[in-house]
Amino acid sequence: MDVNLRVQRYDPAGDRKPYYEEYLLTGQPEGVTVLDALIEVRENVDETLGMRCSCRSSICGSCAMRINGQATLACKTRVSSVAQPDGSVTVEPMGNMPVLKDLVVDFEIFWNKINDIGPWLKTEGPVPEREYIVDNEKMLNLIGTVGCIMCGACVSDCTVLAADPDFLGPAALAKAYRFVGDPRDAHREERLADYVKDGGIWDCTHCYYCVEVCPKGVAPMEWILELRREAEAAGHTNHNGVRHSKVFAESVKEAGWLDEAKLAMESMGSLKEKLSLVPVGLRSLLHGKMPPTGPLHYKRPGADHVKRIFEELEAKE
Amino acid sequence: MIFEHDVLVIGAGMAGLRSAIEANRAGADVAILTKVYPVRSHTNAAQGGINAALGEGDSWESHAYDTVKGSDFLGDQDAIEILAQEAPSDIIELEHMGVIFNRDEEGRLGSRNFGGATHARTYFVADITGQAMLHVGYEQILKYKIPCYNEFFATSLILEGGEAKGCLAIELRTGEMHMVKAKAVIMCTGGVGRAFEPSTNALICTGDGMALAYQAGAPLMDMEMVQYHPTTLPSNGALLTEGARGEGAYLINSLGERFMQKYAPNMLELASRDVVSRSEQTEINEGRGINGCVLLDCRHLGEQVIRTKLSQIYDLAKDFSGIDLVKEPVPIRPGMHYIMGGIKTDVNGRTMLPGLFAAGETACISLHGGNRLGANSLLELVVFGRRAGAAAAEHAARSQHSGAGEKRLKQDDDTIRELLGREDKGEHAGPLRMELGRTMHENVGVYRTAEGLTKAIGLVAQLKERYRRISVGDKGQVFNTNLTAALELGNMLDVSEAICRGSLMREESRGAQFRLDFPDRNDEQWLKHTLAYKDGDSVRMDTLPVKITRWEPVKRTY
Ligand SMILES: Cc1cc2nc3c(=O)[nH]c(=O)nc-3n(C[C@H](O)[C@H](O)[C@H](O)COP(=O)(O)OP(=O)(O)OC[C@H]3O[C@@H](n4cnc5c(N)ncnc54)[C@H](O)[C@@H]3O)c2cc1C
Ligand code: SF4
Ligand code: SF4
Ligand code: FES
Repeated sequence: MDVNLRVQRYDPAGDRKPYYEEYLLTGQPEGVTVLDALIEVRENVDETLGMRCSCRSSICGSCAMRINGQATLACKTRVSSVAQPDGSVTVEPMGNMPVLKDLVVDFEIFWNKINDIGPWLKTEGPVPEREYIVDNEKMLNLIGTVGCIMCGACVSDCTVLAADPDFLGPAALAKAYRFVGDPRDAHREERLADYVKDGGIWDCTHCYYCVEVCPKGVAPMEWILELRREAEAAGHTNHNGVRHSKVFAESVKEAGWLDEAKLAMESMGSLKEKLSLVPVGLRSLLHGKMPPTGPLHYKRPGADHVKRIFEELEAKE
Repeated sequence: MIFEHDVLVIGAGMAGLRSAIEANRAGADVAILTKVYPVRSHTNAAQGGINAALGEGDSWESHAYDTVKGSDFLGDQDAIEILAQEAPSDIIELEHMGVIFNRDEEGRLGSRNFGGATHARTYFVADITGQAMLHVGYEQILKYKIPCYNEFFATSLILEGGEAKGCLAIELRTGEMHMVKAKAVIMCTGGVGRAFEPSTNALICTGDGMALAYQAGAPLMDMEMVQYHPTTLPSNGALLTEGARGEGAYLINSLGERFMQKYAPNMLELASRDVVSRSEQTEINEGRGINGCVLLDCRHLGEQVIRTKLSQIYDLAKDFSGIDLVKEPVPIRPGMHYIMGGIKTDVNGRTMLPGLFAAGETACISLHGGNRLGANSLLELVVFGRRAGAAAAEHAARSQHSGAGEKRLKQDDDTIRELLGREDKGEHAGPLRMELGRTMHENVGVYRTAEGLTKAIGLVAQLKERYRRISVGDKGQVFNTNLTAALELGNMLDVSEAICRGSLMREESRGAQFRLDFPDRNDEQWLKHTLAYKDGDSVRMDTLPVKITRWEPVKRTY
């Protein structure tokens, strides 16, 4: 088959900004992956193409890049499954990390976030002579996070990281759960106290992107939600995030839809924070964008049905 | 720049990480230098697990004997005894560090059966044992704040007064040459799969450390012992684990025959790796293959089994061959998988070059002799990584830094500048590597003859000649992988030469080496290791007797 690659190029020495270069490869095998094609280019067409790759079997995490706009592993992606109707495949470096050259991004950002969560097992007390005796189910549960290959795809496409570089991000937080959920770890409490701080678990907006792009099915967002449940259960409730989810649920339960202004107000813990919302509210009012709030927040038709769903779910819990 | 440490570990696979942890424990200032980020290392690829005689009814003697027998009696028994004796405490230590091993109902470590073993002594983390271990190793490096020179490519060793004193390395991010001085160096650079095409190995497995040590005067041992895995995908060499055959998958030829009935009527598809690989190659050579492959047929196992128990294989076949195993058999062929040979070391990782230590796939102690048993390699990384780390720290405490300075640094820098500055004479790393890989696979693969090996030696020499005229199209400083590919190719050519020479010298068939012209094992003459020394532009060969402590060689039958 023919492969038409559109590759974003950037050489820090000569280029002021990135540009696209097209490579047409003919007679490639049917199962050719995007990585195979890129290697073919690098070895036989254009030796200057820069990228990272190693295992070719989606285990080393080197080859994450954006393919047709979405971060994924080039070695896991077959050209035939992503080629556009005109046969082209667009390949770009990952986002949220500065480009060093062509498809190579600066990964230090990623490792620093991993390092920030205290990524090693912290046991206490006398070390047993044999292994720690722990429940197999609990260990198996952790395999989901241990399966992360640190490819960076989730970090690349995380919408919060794009706006706030201080967010710990999906990969580091999924790794954080790996220790919080490990019965051998003796520092669970401190870890949770640390992860609820700004830039931690409450900053995720559940945009679902990390779940969608992760090539190993780690689903980082699910672990973040798990951490939130653990943090709340451990008494970390004095947080805008906790209030936010409570008000959110109550509002929908009662009226069938969200009272956005109330949500914003009641999520804030302090008077100062509440006051900081006043200018935003006034501006929305002026532009006719203030959603109906308080007594104006009427019940939607079908609200009773929504309420029943809530009640049934609550009964199950 | 010039950096200084007591101990320098080159390579951040599990062998490198484990040795660094131990050197740090011994109080040395240790640093790691690696061409890829630690968690990208090839240790990731190990799926099956890690061996130890931990279970009730099992014994270290039994583990040791299985290993000796598996090695076709070429393994050194003193080293194998240490491996088997120290395995249990090293596995327990991994568990304490954080590895999430699978457990039994009581919450204790649970084990599985593996090829060539008489007990279920393989401990595992689902099918990601290597990855789980490597990531925990990296966590420990972060915990102890051991400095890492990440994405630094080692180009040569510093030699002074016949001792190794550190290395020169290119920082990939900037293209700058640096010198890292050390009182002891541990080489943990992994295997050399890329010298063969196809291979299950990652693109980074280019035998750099073997070549650097060899060029510095340390001998390579048993390099002819190259393991072929029976079930690899033709497109990219990806490995389909033995699990498929374990569940009952068939191997069939172009006529639809289950050909293993001919070659191994009892064990069939589950005979040892060398036997199955040889049988497949015979079928292909005799014209009963399909495009150089035979077929792995899982259809009769049913969708349920394929989708649940063989999910990884199902995905690989789908992703890389575009085949649905439920409906179709997948073409596979034997592919180069592992090298038993390597830099010769003693049981404490000491090479024959003072100050230089080695551990992991790049070393040859020799544990695996003619044939490595599954799940013994990960074990080697931790047991002998630890021992090398301790010995190197001890050596460093008694040793001084080298006086080498800018002049030595400029030497490697000039070599690189010259290479980058060369005009195009038509020779490039990509195509040359492919030729090397095909040459090795065709002549130094599953079946070997003096004729084929002599041909390979000639072809490798020709490739070396052409390599002198190689040029690099990428002239940039930042992340120049074209430059590193050229350097890697130079390393693989040296190592390949040693592989061919060892194979030609060993006039017998043992373990992975099968000589059609010498089809039998010859204990009288060949209970010996082969040693290859670099001697200017040629190779000097020597031999060394195998160490036998308690098990006299007998015929190997399964
Ligand atoms: C598909 C597959 C499955 C396997 N399954 C198993 C199994 O189930 N059980 C088992 O026991 N074994 C298994 N093995 C074998 C085992 O995985 C390897 O032998 C082992 O992981 C090698 O580890 P290592 O630490 O020696 O080197 P590697 O993990 O290969 O690491 C090499 C390191 O050296 C560095 N390096 C190399 N060259 C340079 C240079 N020039 N400059 C700087 N740094 C350099 C690299 O960056 C890397 O960090 C398997 C192998 C493969 C290919
Ligand atoms: S779900 Fe949360 S962590 Fe995941 S990408 Fe969206 S904001 Fe980021
Ligand atoms: S969570 Fe998934 S996408 Fe994110 S780094 Fe890990 S493997 Fe990659
Ligand atoms: S090359 Fe290793 S994940 Fe793609």
